[in-house]
Amino acid sequence: MDYGLIDSWAVEGKACLHRRAVPQQQAPLILSRYTLVSALGNGLDQTFQALRNRRSGLRPCDFEDVGITAYIGRVNDVDDGLLEGDSVARELGPFDCRNNRLALLGLRQDGFIPAAIAARERYGAHRVAVILGSSTSGILETEHAYSQRNPVTGALPSSYLRSYRYTQNMFSSAHFVRAYLGLRGPAMVISTACSSSAKVFATAARFIEAGFCDAVVVGGVDSLCLTTLYGFASLGVMSQGPCRPCDEERDGLTLGESAGFGLLEKSEHVGRGGAVALLGYGESSDAYHMSHPHPEGAGAIRAMQAALQRSGLTAEDIDYVHLHGTATRSNDSIEDTAVHSVFGPSTPCSSTKGWMGHTLGAAGITGAVIAAMCLTHSFLPGTLNTTRIDPALGSQVLLGNREQPVRRVLSNSFGFGGNNCSLIFGTV
Amino acid sequence: MELYINGVSLLGAGLTGWARSRAVLARETPLYDAAPPEPTASLLPPNEQRRSSESVRWALYVAQETLQQAKTNVHDVASVFASSDSETGILDRLCTALATPPRTISPTLFHHSVHNAVSGYWGIATGSPQSSTALACYDSSFCAGLLEAAAQAQLEERSVLLVAYDLPPPPPLYAARPFREGFAAALLLTRTPSPATLARIDLVLSNDLTDEVTSMDDPRLETLRSGNQAARSLPLLAAIARPQGTMVCLEYLEEQRLLIEIVPW
Repeated sequence: MDYGLIDSWAVEGKACLHRRAVPQQQAPLILSRYTLVSALGNGLDQTFQALRNRRSGLRPCDFEDVGITAYIGRVNDVDDGLLEGDSVARELGPFDCRNNRLALLGLRQDGFIPAAIAARERYGAHRVAVILGSSTSGILETEHAYSQRNPVTGALPSSYLRSYRYTQNMFSSAHFVRAYLGLRGPAMVISTACSSSAKVFATAARFIEAGFCDAVVVGGVDSLCLTTLYGFASLGVMSQGPCRPCDEERDGLTLGESAGFGLLEKSEHVGRGGAVALLGYGESSDAYHMSHPHPEGAGAIRAMQAALQRSGLTAEDIDYVHLHGTATRSNDSIEDTAVHSVFGPSTPCSSTKGWMGHTLGAAGITGAVIAAMCLTHSFLPGTLNTTRIDPALGSQVLLGNREQPVRRVLSNSFGFGGNNCSLIFGTV
Repeated sequence: MELYINGVSLLGAGLTGWARSRAVLARETPLYDAAPPEPTASLLPPNEQRRSSESVRWALYVAQETLQQAKTNVHDVASVFASSDSETGILDRLCTALATPPRTISPTLFHHSVHNAVSGYWGIATGSPQSSTALACYDSSFCAGLLEAAAQAQLEERSVLLVAYDLPPPPPLYAARPFREGFAAALLLTRTPSPATLARIDLVLSNDLTDEVTSMDDPRLETLRSGNQAARSLPLLAAIARPQGTMVCLEYLEEQRLLIEIVPW
């Protein structure tokens, strides 16, 4: 879309800037440790068992007093005081909120904390960055605070005002993780809606390449809140039942929550030999609409092609595409158009949203961890809750799970505002 | 890391765009008291202008002025938007609605609440297909954005627009995040110089905390700098405004510094 004002900015005839049309090929970065907490369970084992046994984590919405007919992918342990016998509130201090409880639960899985501490000792605390993605951070605290305003002055509770920086603020999750792991390197939270925690891999790769750090704790944390439940309901894109990605009768998305983390390092420091690595990334913008993707998937196509170019691979080299696959009618259809135009009709692809729902700002890291499990378990998940793949879709959408060797996986994440990111993982 | 500044802009009370503020930053003219600016987002189509938030209008104002200086094709430009608290005005309306039965919120309000609303509007306004990132790092958001923009410009050999902005939150949230005044700043970073280049910068990330963080000589500008994360860009902007080369030191989180050498071009 062009509104005419831009034309005057274009440089007539000669290009002032050297511009590289093809992304520079990157060296693989090793994902030396990774973990995930979602409605499927805590850590890689529980997640993989649920994927393999086709057990969905979705259930009818029982979040607070939300009166919306929908399913959700809720993490039980966050509500149950995280872990019995633990003084979690003390451990979190001012950071205590649902989103950071979920982050802490994630950190505690699969030996992630010792791995991060080992990296801190190997490189130095200043040389390990924390780059996380989130879309709503600790907004649930603000939602609660607004229902407790002083009836006379309108003021918010003083306890909320004190903790605002550590809960509501968008930097909160990275601030918490950085402090908890004793890291002192660069940090930020990327918040580009549903592509947030995919884009963290791109920024992390650049930061390592630029020499700003030697290793990065990447990840994403997004938790259930009223804003997204009522917000997506207002858009009319939520299914009343568990979501059915790519089904011919799909009728909308199901919201979930998750926290995932990865430790990204250069290969010379952690060796190779079957390790999972980030091979490439691609980022683009639709520049089309705040909540509707480009009708031909132009931005999605650019993101996937850029990821292929950066990894030095072609479409034929990709064994499986993990779809963003939100299960709304238009999103799945447009993503299919884009995937088909890049990969044609035979590359297997599927959406795993039927297992844990759409975890928004944590969807990127969720896709990344599932991609890693595909590689290490020689496994491709199918599509859950879906009974018949929409015959209008041209890509090779898997209904059932498959066991086969998997060497390279591309994972898509597309967000509000037309913000796209594709990642390619492989074994090296 | 060596980069070139091909465009720059800022917006604050008495600082309405680079053309009018350069002399103030260069200490050639004083900063006069003024009411906060009320920018229009002329880049957006009229219906989107009407619906756009104040944050969107401030951010697009500086983005637009910067790109106009740079004389580059906006379709080639990637963007990074750095804000600590972003859409607090929308957050207030959203949480007020969610605290009031039956919790009716409009799709528009929900769209506008996301941290990357400005980024989305920038894409819609310009049609630029390049990568766009929205990020947050509390009081170090500008610095985090500068690192991200610099790394992209350097490694992907592409012009990168960096925009930092934050506005005072409405009353109930103001008590949690008291930005006394709004500020927005923008820079266009590239790896190679062009006829539009204003300065060359050399950027180093340092752990050495003995370097003193650069402040502003003018007390009014120093109040602004220390009171809004986006205004932490002021020492860098002032260095670009001055005819002689200099070095500035910006604080990144509590443990790191960004040392930037600025050479006029």
